Amino acid sequence: MDYSQFLQMPQEVGLLLVFLLVFIYDTFMPQRSQRALPVFTTVLFAIYTALCFVPCQCVNACEAGSLFGGMFEVNAATWAMKNILNVGVLLVLLQAGNWTNSDFMSVRRGEFYELLLLTLFGMFLMVSARHFLLFIIGLESASLPIAALAAFEKNRYESHEAAAKYVFTAIFSSAIFLLGVSFVYGIAGSLYFNDIASSLIGEQSALLIAAVAFVIAGVGFKLSLVPFHQWTADVYQGAPTAVTAYLSVISKGAAAFSFLVILAQVFGAAYSTVWEWMLYAVIILTITIGNLFAMRQRNLKRFLAFSSISQAGYVMLGVIAVNTLGMASMMYYILVYIFSNLAAFGVIAAIERQTGKTTTDDYNGLFKTNPWLSFTMMLAMFSLGGIPPFAGFFSKFFIFVGACHTGSVAIYVLVLIALINTIISLYYYLLVVKAMFIRQDDCVIPAIKSSCGERAGMILCALGIILIGLVSCIYVGLTEATESVSEIFALI
Amino acid sequence: MNLTLLMYLIPSLIMFGCGVYGFLTRKNMIAIMISLELMLNSIDINFVVFNRFLFPDQLEGMFFTLFAIAIAAAETAVALAIIINVFRIAKKVDINEITKLKF
Repeated sequence: MDYSQFLQMPQEVGLLLVFLLVFIYDTFMPQRSQRALPVFTTVLFAIYTALCFVPCQCVNACEAGSLFGGMFEVNAATWAMKNILNVGVLLVLLQAGNWTNSDFMSVRRGEFYELLLLTLFGMFLMVSARHFLLFIIGLESASLPIAALAAFEKNRYESHEAAAKYVFTAIFSSAIFLLGVSFVYGIAGSLYFNDIASSLIGEQSALLIAAVAFVIAGVGFKLSLVPFHQWTADVYQGAPTAVTAYLSVISKGAAAFSFLVILAQVFGAAYSTVWEWMLYAVIILTITIGNLFAMRQRNLKRFLAFSSISQAGYVMLGVIAVNTLGMASMMYYILVYIFSNLAAFGVIAAIERQTGKTTTDDYNGLFKTNPWLSFTMMLAMFSLGGIPPFAGFFSKFFIFVGACHTGSVAIYVLVLIALINTIISLYYYLLVVKAMFIRQDDCVIPAIKSSCGERAGMILCALGIILIGLVSCIYVGLTEATESVSEIFALI
Repeated sequence: MNLTLLMYLIPSLIMFGCGVYGFLTRKNMIAIMISLELMLNSIDINFVVFNRFLFPDQLEGMFFTLFAIAIAAAETAVALAIIINVFRIAKKVDINEITKLKF
C-alpha cells in the first residue's frame, strides 16, 4: 500500500493530529492542569483552522485528486466545505469553554472535546466520500458520538431523554438509508458513486424509485426535513446548549453538502424522472411547517429548532437547483447560517448558564440590563430573518438566484413560496427582538458577565454577520471552487 | 430444490417490515432496540443475496455486510448505554413515561 496518499488529505490528518494531542493532554497531564484543556483545544484547533486556509488558493493545481482507489475525493469544493465546518466548530469550541469548566464536568471534560473532534472527522469523510461504504462509516461516526454528547449532563433528566430520542431516530434513519443503498447495489452492482451513476442512465424501474425515496428519507432524518423532523425539537431542547449548537449547524451543513453530492452525482440521471418532485414537495413542507410551528414556541431552544427546520428547507433550494451556482449558494448559506445561529445559541447559552432561563418571556426588557447580549441576539435574528444589510439577506438572495438559474417554471413557483415564507418568518424572529427591546418586565434578568471565550465567540459571530455579506470575495471564491467540480452535475 | 433470488429477498423484506412495525408499536426501549436490530440485519441479508445471485464475480456486497455488522454493533452499544442511563435516572424503560420534553 502506498502511504504517501495520506499526504493528499492534509485536513483529515491535521484533524486527527489535533485529536491525538487533545487525547494525550487529557490522559497524561496532571489534575491541576486539566482546567486548561478547553483553552488548549481551542488554541490548537484555531491554529489548525488557520493553516487549512493557507493552501486554499493552489488547491486546484496540486491538491485535487482521489485516494484509496477512488473512494475518497479531495477537490476545491470539499476543501472549502471542510473549512466552513472548521470555522463553525471553532466558534462552538469558543462558546463551550465556560460550560466545560463547570464543576460537574471535571472528570469528563476531555471526552467532550474528543467526541466533538471525532464527529467532525466523520463529517469530513461524509463530505469527501465517493463510495457508499465510506459514506456510511462517516455518517455513523458523525451521528453516534452526538448521541453520547447529548446525554452529557449526567444529572439532568432532559439530557438523557433527548439522547434516547436522538439515538433511536438516528439508527432508524440509517436503517432506512441502508435499505435504499442495498436496492441501489441490486440495480447497479457497485457502490462507487461514478459506477452507479453510469449504470443508472436510462434506468426506469420501481426499484430505483424506492431506492431514491429511501435515501432521501434516510438523509432527511439527519437534516430534519419535514416528514422526518419530529425528533428535532425534543433533542434540541433537552441536549446541553453547546451540543445543540453543534448539532444544528455543523452536522446539518455536512449532511446537506453530502446530500447534494449523492443526489446529483449518483442519481443525476434520474433527476427529472424521479427525485426532482420528491424534493420539491419536501422543500415546500419543510419551509412552511417549520415556520408555522416556530411561531407558537415559547422556549427559545425549541424555537430555534423549528427555525432550523425551516432554514434546512432553504438550504435544500440549493440542492434542487443542481448547478454549480446552486452548490456555491448552498455552501454560502451554510456559512452564514453557522454564524447567525451560533450567535443566537451563544446568547442563549450565556443566559442559561447564569440564570437557567430559556423562554421568550424571560427575555423581556433584556436590553436594559444586557445591552450587548441583546444587540448580538438582534443581529442574529435579523440575519436569520434575512433583513438587508446583514449576511442572512445575501445568503437568501444568492440561494434564490441559484435556484432560479435552472429557468423552469416549477422552480420559480417554489422560490415564490420560499419568499412568502421568509416574510412569515420575520414575525417570529422579530418577536424575540420585541421582547428584548420594547416589552418591560419587573423581574428582568440581571446583568450577566460572560467569560472571555464566550465574548470572543459572540464578537466573531457578530462580525461575521455584518461582514460576510459585504466581503464579496467569499462568494466569488466559493463559485470558483464549485465551477472546478462541475463534473458532479454532468448527468443532469 | 433450486433457491432463487426472490426466496431470499421476500423473507428479508418481511423481516424489515417486522422491524419497522416493532419500532413503531413497542413501548419498551429494549424491544425497540431489538426491532432496530431486525431492520439492520435484514439489510445485511439483502446485500449478501444481491452479491451472491446478481454479481457473483465480485465481493463488494459481502464486505459491505461485514462493515454493516460492525456498525450495527456499535449502534447497539451506544443505544444500550443510553437506555441504562435513562433507567438509572428515571427508573423506567417504558417510552410512554419518558415524555417530559414536549410543547
